[in-house]
Amino acid sequence: MTTVKEKQTIQEQFKARMNEDELLNCMRCGFCLPTCPTYIESGYKESHSPRGRIALMKAVVDGLIEPDEDFERSLELCLGCRACEPVCPSGVNYGHLLEEARDIIHQNKKHSLPARVVRKAVFQELFPHQNRMRGLVGLIGFYQRSGIQTMARKIGFLGLLPDQLAAMEKVLPDVPTMKEMKNRPTYLPAIAEKVHRVAFFSGCLMDTMFLKSNNATMKLLQKAGCEVVIPQNQACCGALHGHSGEKESAKDLAKRNIRAFEDLQVDFIITNAGGCGAFLVDYDHLLKEDPDWKDRARDFKKKIKDISEILVAVDFHKKVRLELPAQVITYQDSCHLRNGMKTASAPRKLLQAIQGAEYKEMKEADRCCGSAGIYNIVESEMSMVMLDAKMVQAKATHATTIVTANPGCLLQMQLGIEREGLSSTMRAVHIVDLLVESIK
Amino acid sequence: MLSNEVIEKLISIVTKDNFDDSQVERLVYSYDATPNFQSMPDAVMSPRNSAEVSQILKVCNEYKIPIVPRGSGTNLCAGTCPTEGGIVLLFKHMNQILEIDEENLTITVQPGVITLDLINKVEEKGLFYPPDPSSMKISTIGGNINENSGGLRGLKYGVTRDYVIALEVVLPNGDIIRTGGKLAKDVAGYDLTRLFVGSEGTLAVITEATLKLIPMPETKQTMLALYQDLSAAANSVSKIIANKIIPTTLEFLDQPTLKVVEEFAQIGLPTDVKAVLLIEQDGPPEIVERDLLKMAEVCKQEKAVSIQVAASEEEADALRTARRAALSAIARLAPTTILEDATVPRSEIAKMVQAINEITEKYDLTICTFGHAGDGNLHPTCATDARNHEEMERVEKAFEEIFEKAIALGGTITGEHGVGAMKAPYLEWKLKEEGIAAMKAIKNAFDPNNIMNPGKVFAKDSKKRVVITK
Repeated sequence: MTTVKEKQTIQEQFKARMNEDELLNCMRCGFCLPTCPTYIESGYKESHSPRGRIALMKAVVDGLIEPDEDFERSLELCLGCRACEPVCPSGVNYGHLLEEARDIIHQNKKHSLPARVVRKAVFQELFPHQNRMRGLVGLIGFYQRSGIQTMARKIGFLGLLPDQLAAMEKVLPDVPTMKEMKNRPTYLPAIAEKVHRVAFFSGCLMDTMFLKSNNATMKLLQKAGCEVVIPQNQACCGALHGHSGEKESAKDLAKRNIRAFEDLQVDFIITNAGGCGAFLVDYDHLLKEDPDWKDRARDFKKKIKDISEILVAVDFHKKVRLELPAQVITYQDSCHLRNGMKTASAPRKLLQAIQGAEYKEMKEADRCCGSAGIYNIVESEMSMVMLDAKMVQAKATHATTIVTANPGCLLQMQLGIEREGLSSTMRAVHIVDLLVESIK
Repeated sequence: MLSNEVIEKLISIVTKDNFDDSQVERLVYSYDATPNFQSMPDAVMSPRNSAEVSQILKVCNEYKIPIVPRGSGTNLCAGTCPTEGGIVLLFKHMNQILEIDEENLTITVQPGVITLDLINKVEEKGLFYPPDPSSMKISTIGGNINENSGGLRGLKYGVTRDYVIALEVVLPNGDIIRTGGKLAKDVAGYDLTRLFVGSEGTLAVITEATLKLIPMPETKQTMLALYQDLSAAANSVSKIIANKIIPTTLEFLDQPTLKVVEEFAQIGLPTDVKAVLLIEQDGPPEIVERDLLKMAEVCKQEKAVSIQVAASEEEADALRTARRAALSAIARLAPTTILEDATVPRSEIAKMVQAINEITEKYDLTICTFGHAGDGNLHPTCATDARNHEEMERVEKAFEEIFEKAIALGGTITGEHGVGAMKAPYLEWKLKEEGIAAMKAIKNAFDPNNIMNPGKVFAKDSKKRVVITK
């Protein structure tokens, strides 16, 4: 529950902090509606559409309504997939409005004690600290390798967990050992003729749980003629914080990253997770009111490139022979890679270049799979509705390999495969792993 | 505010799930795509069938509660803004295609069907439903019928009205009536079908419609004619028609519109020319080819600086999509976009374009003009800021002059967007007092308690006409 006092503060903060020009920029044409997953899946409820949410934010600013539970619900149910942005002819930056609104709500609302503990643990004690991330992933590794996992599965202990978490447990990748996670390279030479010097943004989750994909990414960069530097003092991108109403922590992480990368004299900073990349290219917005950081953030942003973009730019797929055994592959867009970083054709070009495999475009590949950061845990009901819809389209392609470009999407697609009982015939992979697999 | 007694009665009709009077739900149905109009309804309801609609109307008629039927809220005349409160009716449960009749070439649908879904469904069967309002990706057929929507293909194929052949409607007293049929000919009594089309929800609630389909044209070609002179572009429009060619589409975009549309769409639209005509023809290949050549010839005679034919359907589709985004793209220029819909006989289009430019200069405004030039239907759109009251006064004056000019040229105040609440004060300019009285008599016969979308079409006060002294 939100108290009267909290509602008042939230309302005042909306007035003071929400960008009125951006709110007015929405002229309510409704062109965003058909692209919004929650609008469609909620049975065309305007309160779960971008146009509706913007109208609600404006109404709170204007004092037409008070920020009650329904209002918060409308903003919470948003995936933040930003599919509404590329189709908006007026160019409304919906993502920015959403982040600001969520930040105001979370900073001014006293969460329940358990929620407070979890939020603090996750946002402040865990993600910003790479050693603790390693520790946690290490524990998962211990769980997987020690035999506890096998035992837990046998005893049926997992049946005690909610379905969602039980399924999640199954799809976690086999995580690396502590040793593997600690001994990370800081420099790798180009293997082919050198065309670029790049830095690699390794990410918190990607450099622990998805270490294999990070290794694959660096290998691809080397083969594409890139000399790779991996600064050790880099941090989590802060996306999780930014999207969950923890803007100040996000700013701290942004500054740490800018500092870690700005003096490396590289052509590009490469990411392999759409969710991180889209947040990194938004650092200039995040730090726009900070005179010391504004310009540095802009310089940083200009260098961010997804791995698939650079590979296409240097003609990797034309120079290196890629081949796989006969199979149908399809691609599920990472919303933030597509809508935030505007990268959509590069991954497809790479996949289409793989000899032997047949690439089939999935219908509505640009619609969110329901992963959306921690959305599939906190809003699991809507998330599963979306995942089920996604699996219908995935199955219709007859693909045996579903390719994604973001860790959250990857886990979600694996969860989808598990839920459909297809794990013996269908797999989900990160694009970099498939590319490494197909190098001849 | 609804009394508890009324709320109970309404809930008993549709169940709790389909009645909502929470603050948030009322707020999100307080607007449509028209700037500067917002008003909260008392509740939002989603009936599941005609019988429920009938029961709702009976209750509303008894208690004199306003009813506002709403599709996706994309109209541009404040037609679905509940200016007098009451109940907003949604059709999310009544959204089925009931039948495609390939022998009679008709489709029967419920009002909540999305226009583009309908178009795609019939095209799968080699059939064609031409009305294509710019909002068709999300607009509903019920909304299209109530607003008599037009679109890019109106020049050759007409508007929604020309395709509605039968309706099921619920009258304010709860009577459910059927009009028309799957008939090419039908003169049994008054043509109520046509009356309800474009009635903006002020007479009855449409609960089912049968639409006429036509065979899909064999081919289609698209070209752009570029001009460095606005009048030359406008003259080309009249000349093409005078040369006895009726293209499918003949759209006009001026330079300011081209610039913002290109900024959004990024498809390489020419932004260094003063105006562009987007021209399309469909039909048998040899006729399309012949007409395209002929039109290109006319455009060149009228000083088109260049003619570009779209190389593929993808390219053509990108051009059409870009054009459809024009209105919203103009919103990039300023916080508020106010557009008009003045329409003149095709022969007068050059004069109208000229007049709009003079009026823009006179009032020192930013007005982008685009629209269905071939229909004589232009959309001068003003990029302004509703917070700037002084400028808003000038905007209003400018649009009044544009209306006045359109009427003087034998035109109308709205070609396809409807009157709604937005243009109601100006309706008398077009219809005269007697015309309004005749329409009010019809309204009164159907809806004596004025519960059907009150405050729309008929204004409490008409605007005084401006006098142009030249």
